[in-house]
Amino acid sequence: MDLSLSTRTEGDRTVVVVGGEIDVYTAPKLREQLIDLVSSGTYDLVVDMEGVDFLDSTGLGVLVGGLKRVRAHEGSLRLVCTQERILKIFRITGLTKVFPIHASVEDAVAATD
Amino acid sequence: MATVEVRFSALPGHVRTGRLIAAAVARRSGMPEGGLDDLRLAVGEACARAVDRHRRAAADQPVTMLLSADDACFTVTVVDEAGTVGPVELPDPERHGEQPEPVEPWPSGVGIAVIAGLVDDLAVIERSDFGGSRVRMSWRLPSTRPAWVESSLP
Repeated sequence: MDLSLSTRTEGDRTVVVVGGEIDVYTAPKLREQLIDLVSSGTYDLVVDMEGVDFLDSTGLGVLVGGLKRVRAHEGSLRLVCTQERILKIFRITGLTKVFPIHASVEDAVAATD
Repeated sequence: MATVEVRFSALPGHVRTGRLIAAAVARRSGMPEGGLDDLRLAVGEACARAVDRHRRAAADQPVTMLLSADDACFTVTVVDEAGTVGPVELPDPERHGEQPEPVEPWPSGVGIAVIAGLVDDLAVIERSDFGGSRVRMSWRLPSTRPAWVESSLP
């Protein structure tokens, strides 16, 4: 499968670990995962992108959709990403100003708004 | 001029096919490894745009991708045959939960904006005669490249 997803809790945050490629074909799977989490009352999310090999604008749209959903419940969605090839699309679109992006899951879990 | 032409059905699953083939041909044409991430993303965005246009216009034809290299540049052109493309329908927040929503792409233009940040030269041409459009992306190639690229047809 092109996209792998797993979740775990750390403290009061839920970490979504994403692996593989997030593109127009695989993004619906990530979208459903984020929707399921919010529907079940989980509003403080950390999305770990360190295992992601590819991210396009459809994937970005899914992350933005997830951010909007959690914010509607006073929640948060933080990203973990140190790969420049993945960060590049955030920089081009200016979304580095919208998403809190951390260098590690530990940093993201410890961060407060 | 070395040329590869690819046609694929307008399916989201084939966007990956398009970007992988483009990266493979670019590498053989002498594009440095460091430039391939940008090329994969740009070509992926162009192919996703074409697939989306075909699906919204209910166009049966495949999407076409043309790859070519000359002395100076590697060029990828993605051609869609979507005639009259309808407006993008953004998801209605009030309807959330009633039925599975498709993943809507961004309003048209975001993909092109992303591509513009990744290429050396970009042209988006709308064909007013029988519809469709083409996105032509070029990257400059370094001056020293594999010998086989330089051989040309008489």
